[in-house]
Amino acid sequence: MNANPVNTKTVNNHAAQQPQTPSSHMIAVLTGIAMLSGFLVVLTAQVTEPMIAENQRVAIEAAIQQVIPGAVDNKKYRLSDGQLLLVQKGSKDPLIYAGYNANGELLGIAAEAGAQGYAGMVNLLYGYDPDCQCIRGFKVLKMAETPGLGDKIISDSNFQANFPVDATVDSDSGKLANAITTVKNGSKKNSWEIDAISGATVTSRAVGKALNQSAQAILPDLLPFIERIKYKEAEQ
Amino acid sequence: MPGDTLSFIFLNTILANNFVLAMFLGLCPFLGVSGKLNTAIPMGIASAFVMLVSSISAYAINLALVALDLEFLRLIAYITVIASVVQLVEMMLKKYSPTLFRSLGIFLPLITTNCAILGLALFQTFKEYNFSQSLTYALGAGVGFTLALTLMAGLREKLALSKLPGVSKGAALSLMLGGLLSLAFMGFAGLGSN
Amino acid sequence: MSRPRDNTITMETFTEGLWKENPVFVMLLGMCPVLAVTNSAINALAMGLATMFVLLASSIMVSMFSRYIPKQVRIATYIVIIATFVTIVDYVIQAISLDLYNALGAFIQLIVANCMILGRAEAYASKYKPLKAIVNGLGMGLGFTLALLSLGVVREILGAGSLFGISLFGDQFQPWVVMVLPAGGFLVLGTWLLLFDWIKQRQIVLETGGKETHAR
Repeated sequence: MNANPVNTKTVNNHAAQQPQTPSSHMIAVLTGIAMLSGFLVVLTAQVTEPMIAENQRVAIEAAIQQVIPGAVDNKKYRLSDGQLLLVQKGSKDPLIYAGYNANGELLGIAAEAGAQGYAGMVNLLYGYDPDCQCIRGFKVLKMAETPGLGDKIISDSNFQANFPVDATVDSDSGKLANAITTVKNGSKKNSWEIDAISGATVTSRAVGKALNQSAQAILPDLLPFIERIKYKEAEQ
Repeated sequence: MPGDTLSFIFLNTILANNFVLAMFLGLCPFLGVSGKLNTAIPMGIASAFVMLVSSISAYAINLALVALDLEFLRLIAYITVIASVVQLVEMMLKKYSPTLFRSLGIFLPLITTNCAILGLALFQTFKEYNFSQSLTYALGAGVGFTLALTLMAGLREKLALSKLPGVSKGAALSLMLGGLLSLAFMGFAGLGSN
Repeated sequence: MSRPRDNTITMETFTEGLWKENPVFVMLLGMCPVLAVTNSAINALAMGLATMFVLLASSIMVSMFSRYIPKQVRIATYIVIIATFVTIVDYVIQAISLDLYNALGAFIQLIVANCMILGRAEAYASKYKPLKAIVNGLGMGLGFTLALLSLGVVREILGAGSLFGISLFGDQFQPWVVMVLPAGGFLVLGTWLLLFDWIKQRQIVLETGGKETHAR
């Protein structure tokens, strides 16, 4: 479909010096090449598709295991208009993962969150424990923060010690009872506050903001359904 | 991300995530035609113009490809369309504005191999920008590219007059300058975060 | 269409890509990935190998078909061929390792715009027989990979204190963070180029017996 403009240009450039090649020949060659390349690309896409899907599954499972310790199995859900829907296999936007232990008992919920950091988006997966109504921890999925400063949110043990962070839902207002906030280094007083890393305040704030936004959006709608997904086999 | 505001995209693309100095896109023209100010500026403007046009085309192609479930053809479609757009722009300029063509003409073929153009098309797709966001992104990228090129050309014009050890002339010097500029632009990081 | 050309393969066919016409250090081609993905040795290696594959595969295709491609549409054809192989590499890397794919980001797809590959297709592969094009492409690809590695290794050692992810210096080491940031890429490549220029000048000086010390 793109052959024609390219075609005309080169004709313009060379027509003067060259004996004319019939345009049918040029179109035939371009069509041939396009078909060959289309064939190769489709072939590769078909062959690698299951491998890529498998890789993605392994990656997300490893991340879930990290934020919900002990989870050996998971199911994907999606919240839509206050309804909790099981996401069919192959769907691209699983938003909530329920992690189960070997006996099929619910250990926790994992969800993705993201906020603007210092040098781009900080994308996280965090683990929510319905028993303590708190966020157990998070794993960075993707970020471009300054190495040595911003990436302390992963390595700094004091920052990791902020967790669990309280995320109790106030059933009257349908919001978190206390919004998750990032506070200045050393001034954390309540369990819903996150102590910022000095020297990486912006990144620390991004973590707090991402967690708060996602928890405010998901948890109030999700809680009524926790009983239903308590056991892996309970609902299909 | 889809939620970014237009002003954030625009400023961020010019300064904090400058295509040349932070993302390493379009380095060939950055090193190649940044010797003189009066070539660097037209080159920047020509690139910015092509960026705008190919951003619009890339947006349209992506809509079509997603609708037809043919995403694996995205790269091939983008590069052929960008090459065609550059050619089309060249032909239209030649016909309708010969003066502009004379001042920009020699730069246009160089733009096809400028990875900033393809990079722009790919990044706007990855970031799932809508139409107006894509346009702003392209505009910011173009302005940022022109800015980097102009700064570099200004510095190199001055340096051409100063005494330097023979071995450090040429590409090595340009790269060192690029490094310093990039360091300076690092100061813009964090722009737009609260 | 086919021109009578010398199709004999010499050592030179292979080695010119490594030293004399090294795509990065001498020709300054394909600079975007050179600087963008060389913040660690493993990324540099992967990028180099991916580029080498695209270069080799497209050289073979172009060399085989160049007799049938009308001159007027050759650039369009080359671009489509290159884009095809880049798409293939893109999928294969995703299938091998998602971490690597995320680290390299869009720069795999940007191999298409690497002027080295189009340049080689136009200037070399279209004029010589496949075997010679392969040998030359191998040399060029290796030269490109080595150049990427030489940047990646330096930047990773200085900027993160490790090599291929293995920590070298223990906890005492304070990483020189700038080296893995964009600015470091410019500075390290600039230093390499200085070194190369200096070696070349030394050679000239030695060959001419020191008479042209002030050449250039």
